[in-house]
Amino acid sequence: MNSSNNILEVDNLRVNFKTPDGQVTAVNNLNFNLAQGETLGIVGESGSGKSQTAFALMGLLAGNGQITGEARFEGENILALNDKAMNRIRSEKIAMIFQDPMTSLNPYMKVGKQLMEVLILHKGMSKADAFEASVKMLDAVKMPEARKRMNMFPHEFSGGMRQRVMIAMALLCQPKLLIADEPTTALDVTVQAQILTLLNELKSEFNTSIIMITHDLGVVAGLCDKVLVMYAGRTMEYGQTDDVFYRPTHPYTQGLLEAIPRLDGEEETLTTIAGNPPNLLNLPTGCPFQARCQFVEHRCRTEAPALEEYQPGKLRACHKPVHSEMTP
Amino acid sequence: MLKFIIKRLLEAIPTLLALVTLSFFLMHFAPGSPFTSERGVPAAVLANLQAKYHMNESLMSQYFHYLWDLLHGNLGYSFRFTDFTINQLVAQSFPVSAEIGFWSFLVAVSVGVLCGVFAALRQNSLLDYGVMAFANIGMVLPNFVIAPLCILFFSIHYQWLPAGGWNGGAWPYLIMPVIAMSTSYIAQIARITRGSMIETMHSNFIRTARAKGLPKSHIIIRHALRPAMLPVVSYLGPAFVGIITGSVVVDQFFGTGGIGQHFVNGAINRDYSMVMGITILIGTLTILFNAIVDILYVFIDPKIRY
Amino acid sequence: MITSKDKVAAVEQFAEQVTEIEGRSLWQDARRRFFTNKAAVISLIILALIASLSIFGPLLSQWNYADIDWAALSDISTLGRPSIETGHYFGTDPLGRDIFVRTMQGGQISLMVGILGSFVAIVIGTLYGATSGYLGGRVDSVMMRILEILNSFPFMFFVIILMTVFGRNILLIFIAIGAVSWLDMARIVRGQTLSLKNKEYIEAAYACGVSSHKIILRHIVPNVLGVVIVYATLLVPNMILLESFISFLGLGVQEPMTSWGALISEGSPNMEIAVWQLAWPLAFLVVTLFCFNFLGDGLRDALDPKDR
Repeated sequence: MNSSNNILEVDNLRVNFKTPDGQVTAVNNLNFNLAQGETLGIVGESGSGKSQTAFALMGLLAGNGQITGEARFEGENILALNDKAMNRIRSEKIAMIFQDPMTSLNPYMKVGKQLMEVLILHKGMSKADAFEASVKMLDAVKMPEARKRMNMFPHEFSGGMRQRVMIAMALLCQPKLLIADEPTTALDVTVQAQILTLLNELKSEFNTSIIMITHDLGVVAGLCDKVLVMYAGRTMEYGQTDDVFYRPTHPYTQGLLEAIPRLDGEEETLTTIAGNPPNLLNLPTGCPFQARCQFVEHRCRTEAPALEEYQPGKLRACHKPVHSEMTP
Repeated sequence: MLKFIIKRLLEAIPTLLALVTLSFFLMHFAPGSPFTSERGVPAAVLANLQAKYHMNESLMSQYFHYLWDLLHGNLGYSFRFTDFTINQLVAQSFPVSAEIGFWSFLVAVSVGVLCGVFAALRQNSLLDYGVMAFANIGMVLPNFVIAPLCILFFSIHYQWLPAGGWNGGAWPYLIMPVIAMSTSYIAQIARITRGSMIETMHSNFIRTARAKGLPKSHIIIRHALRPAMLPVVSYLGPAFVGIITGSVVVDQFFGTGGIGQHFVNGAINRDYSMVMGITILIGTLTILFNAIVDILYVFIDPKIRY
Repeated sequence: MITSKDKVAAVEQFAEQVTEIEGRSLWQDARRRFFTNKAAVISLIILALIASLSIFGPLLSQWNYADIDWAALSDISTLGRPSIETGHYFGTDPLGRDIFVRTMQGGQISLMVGILGSFVAIVIGTLYGATSGYLGGRVDSVMMRILEILNSFPFMFFVIILMTVFGRNILLIFIAIGAVSWLDMARIVRGQTLSLKNKEYIEAAYACGVSSHKIILRHIVPNVLGVVIVYATLLVPNMILLESFISFLGLGVQEPMTSWGALISEGSPNMEIAVWQLAWPLAFLVVTLFCFNFLGDGLRDALDPKDR
């Protein structure tokens, strides 16, 4: 893990929220690196802290959120930047795509205007130039009749089309890093595939690094070089996608992989991980996954497992790792 | 768009008709003829009066007479001031009320929106608490309390402003009526603006705008203000009605001679045609204003189909 | 007068969220949340104090609300001052009547108008909204159109017309004020009903052949109760303001009975020489309105699972 070609290095990232009911640690000591052109998948169930990680990196946390730790982007700790300095990074160097394309575009503004303003404000382009560049980018995300659609409002677009607009908007300044927060969750399955293919193409075209946040393991398998499995704000397992998916060693990762419904298998019932994620307000001592883990032992209840590099490039936090071969 | 405007204006017609009909029949079934109170009126005079007001004709005929007159902009005759038509009285007093109302409306909207926006942007700051404290007090202080307090303070204690009168609408005579009439609406609009601004600033598309690295001022002015104004726009109708109603109080305290004075006197003296005339006039204005607000709303919100 | 539009909007929003009162736990949760809201609890206590003072206060005084103290009448500005010795705790009005007792009596009227007026508005609004929403289709669109038409009437003027036409009568004030204030309630309840309509238990009742009016009364109305309670709390101060406005114009309750609005109207011309005539009823009115507003906000927050 040398830092020479990494564009992003996250060290001990921690996100706390002060709520009326107490302090919630949404993200707990997260570490990862990302090289130029590399794609990292962050997977986990809802509430595991994946989205908050993304918001923390973009400086978009809610007012009651506090961050500790460092995130060095091209050597600069972006967590310490003020809003004004951060605005020069957003869009230009790091861009983000959100989960819900239906509400993430401004419904009161024409789509073209929402695209153009990025170029006008960041690149100082003239209106005419910004218009042409925006049309070009809409073409790049395979938006039919891009020129005509510049003058339409978001509610005149379908969900998939809106997500294309969001992607186009994120790529306008050709950022080095794209954070995609569940970009396909709100879309139909067929549209999901189109969007993922598009992201894959754009990634090689622009050589953009991507952090793909998702709960869909299929998306990770198809798109990501590395994967980080999160549970209750902590890293459970981290490594190359192939390694983690073919040889999961953490019971949680294994459970997630087994829970993927298959059509070719013999079993007729859906496999699930029994129980629910723990309440972040009231985390048990020891491993956060203990209540749902089938291999739980005494030590898991008293002592939180540390994240260890058990093989070069593979990290895991578990007292009772399992070894299995999977055929994803 | 033009089609929508025409359609919306046409829709106002049945509402207007309902207003006129309701007030007419309410008045008609009022117990006691207005002339009975005037004791000692000779029978012949009474008959003349009744003929003048079409009292001796059938109900429907009276109703259509009234409608016909209204259509020609004639509000009828006062039962009290037999020397004046209601039109004359209204022509005299309405401009006063309109001027006070206009300024009150303008002050209420501009001050209210400004306070609300700044309070929302500095949520939980001293400024926010100040605005909210003012809004909470302003909402429970009725205009008939603010008016005498204004007089006590500005006219009697400091003698800065004249305690009443109109003087052709010179500004010293305008200030206190406008304060009395606009305070609770400033408070109300500030509350609405603050609430909707806070909600807008927490919405997903503002998060997107922030993620795009746009300057804060640009986000507020270009992205947030328009949606945040929608609830304010839909409050403009009720605010308009409230401010018009407030003129009743203002006339009472400041003796400005607006339309409210005629209305209250008419109500106390059972001058039915006067009360009805003013109600219809104000109802018409209200209905028209509501139509305008609806049209305005469509301009602001592209999602509305028309 | 003031239609609390932002509050109405907030209630509507809340109505969208609580589509159905889920058993007892929601009410228990709401109660717990309500009692942690200091402003709301204090408001509730103050309101209880004001209400009981209004009802029992007159018993504490040797004066009756219509009694004229001839001794004080000669010089109201000095002899009519608030004092313990004369028994005029709050002073007297220009006719030598005891302000304390009159404020209490006025409070009875104001609170009664507020509560009964809201009650009338709630009953009409809930039934109208539930019927319109439940029946749906053409009936719904006609009923909503009527609502729209009524919505653009200047209602204050209509209340005044009613007072003019039918004379001053307390009962009529309740009805008039209540009858013009149910429009927002009807809209909120209709929205609620629309979302309730497709719930299984309503469909089950319908499938079992339960008649429409029974479904509305037994299933729909109880489920919109939470929203209705919150809205009612916010409606009461508006009713009190409306009543005091009408009384202020001299069209409200009849002498020698009084209300806070009427007392304020009588007191304001004398505020330079006898400020107590204005100050006491005004203080009671303003504090009551404040408390109802806080109480309503507190109830809404307590019943609203979102803002927790």
